[in-house]
Amino acid sequence: MTWKTKATAVGLALLASTSFAFADGELNIYNWGNYTSPDVIKKFEAKYNIKVTITDYDSNDTALAKVRQGGTGFDIAVPSQTYVPIWIKEGLVLETDPNTMENFKNVAPEWANPDFDPGRKYSVPWAWGTIGVVVNTDVYKGPADSWSIIFNTPDELKGKVNVVPEMNDVLFAATKYVGAKQCASDKETLKKVRDLLVAAKPNWIAMEYNTIEKMGAGDFKATSDWNGSALRQRLANPAIHFNYPKEGYGLWSDNVVVLKEAKNVENAKLFQNFIMDPENAAGLSAFHRYANGIAGSDKFMPADMKDAPEVVIPEAAKAQGELQTLCSPEVQEIYTKIWTELQK
Amino acid sequence: MASAEQVATQAVRRDIRDRWLLSAPALLVIFFAASGPLLIVLVYSFLTPGPYGDVQWTFSKEAWTSVFLERDIFDDTLSFASAHVTIFWRSLKLALMTTIATLLIGFPTAYFIATRSEKSRDLWLFLITIPFWTNLLIRTFAVLQIIRNEGIINTALIKIGIISAPIQILYTDTAILIGMAYVYLPLMVLPIYASMEKLDFRLVEAGYDLYATRWQVLRRIIFPLVKPGVIAGSILVFIPAVGAYVTPSVLGGGKNLMLSNLIELQFGQGRNWPLGAALSITVMVIVMAALLVYVRNTGSSETRHG
Repeated sequence: MTWKTKATAVGLALLASTSFAFADGELNIYNWGNYTSPDVIKKFEAKYNIKVTITDYDSNDTALAKVRQGGTGFDIAVPSQTYVPIWIKEGLVLETDPNTMENFKNVAPEWANPDFDPGRKYSVPWAWGTIGVVVNTDVYKGPADSWSIIFNTPDELKGKVNVVPEMNDVLFAATKYVGAKQCASDKETLKKVRDLLVAAKPNWIAMEYNTIEKMGAGDFKATSDWNGSALRQRLANPAIHFNYPKEGYGLWSDNVVVLKEAKNVENAKLFQNFIMDPENAAGLSAFHRYANGIAGSDKFMPADMKDAPEVVIPEAAKAQGELQTLCSPEVQEIYTKIWTELQK
Repeated sequence: MASAEQVATQAVRRDIRDRWLLSAPALLVIFFAASGPLLIVLVYSFLTPGPYGDVQWTFSKEAWTSVFLERDIFDDTLSFASAHVTIFWRSLKLALMTTIATLLIGFPTAYFIATRSEKSRDLWLFLITIPFWTNLLIRTFAVLQIIRNEGIINTALIKIGIISAPIQILYTDTAILIGMAYVYLPLMVLPIYASMEKLDFRLVEAGYDLYATRWQVLRRIIFPLVKPGVIAGSILVFIPAVGAYVTPSVLGGGKNLMLSNLIELQFGQGRNWPLGAALSITVMVIVMAALLVYVRNTGSSETRHG
């Protein structure tokens, strides 16, 4: 082939790839990175003949700031429970009434009427999980069901502990550890929290998100972490265990909302309904490795997740779990100051 | 009929007008692409933070106050913002040390390249620029693979029996410095080489003929002549190093905030955009001060040697 025929062929191929892939519609999803199962998306695209585009974000604050500016072209976002009330209050999301959708009956009772979206008028559960302590039992064999691993580190783990630098999660854990309620705003508690953190930090090696790789490679021997991340670590190294701190641990949940500025509202609603189907919800879980809040999805779950101690909370630990809420702006401001002082 | 003088002034006027018109696109780009966003940053630094990020349009000097002063969380007294100063100093110190480290490695490297034959110089320069072909993040992760506990250095040292347990390099200040020096080295070598290439090596020979020692030749002849290159290189390394973000986070473990992390915190989890804006401007002022020192230094060195 001469370069001309080659160029024509390439051009035609490009043209074909765009114009022949006719779809009845589009759906633009704005979600956390590495969080959306390609298989489930393919199934959705095939079923409704809709072309799905996914864009990543890396934090709730980024997502909120961007959507607030408007003109994003996104139809769907997946904010965490602490942020859902802000999205609602600021009028960023559409009241799609998932509670009237066909598949809503599948939503597990404990997630059907959450405080962050009473009656589920806006949001559909995507994933939920816990934040606890992960320990490599080759190095530390003692009891690990406590935040003391992080805040009062045992000798074997000194200088080998990582803390995931989510400000609100760390302050939640520290508040629980000093025996106070989450978001406690009294100065005495806050002072205890600050002193605890400052005293604990010399025993930490790092404050990083990249725990799966670092726990696997042995750079860290313990870390605070999300349960799904812990599950991946255990599958790579069976000595790594996830623990539910007895002082109280945080629960979180990410939820699918439709944006007010969405151009493909009907497709977005179809998606909300689609992921409340147990089989599809299990498909999402198989990829992101968290529980999904849809009853009946367990029978479609992958084998390594069905009875995983990271995903299925043991009966004994259930009572200490508490859904994290967003603290008041005043407390949040003090948290930022403590956080700055901690890392100065 | 217009006099020759009138024609001339008209021509000058037209010339001036044409110049303005021709430079208008550039001026517009400078205004909208550079000054515009900066102006927004400046305005934001005088606003009130919104409860969940963003800003409220009420005037406030609080952000600027809290850059330098901090209200104690617990007894409400104002004191010097030691946390911010510590973080500023950490970033400045790191930038300075990076500059010194790259200078110490870069100067001999540039000298070595400049004294090779013309042909092989190109090859050496090519080798210096190769790392630039890859993304900064990837280069930083490459350094991480080398220095981590189960990395190349530690494994090799343990294998040959020099140490029995790995040396903790990763997540220390040494690790950050190694990474920074590696990443910014080309920015130091290239300007020094540019000056060194123009150096008339007959002057060096003349120095030796006059019984100068090697040290004297370096200090009295070579260094003054390549000084502009050294200063340009130092500035090129120092400025980005002050705002370095990726390298300190990846290799330092994120336990200690750098300037850039501190600013990011305000726009992210801290939800205090005005403070973030004020901190950003403070960094710019510091960098500008460094530039002024540079302009002064080169200016005076030119008059002395000119």
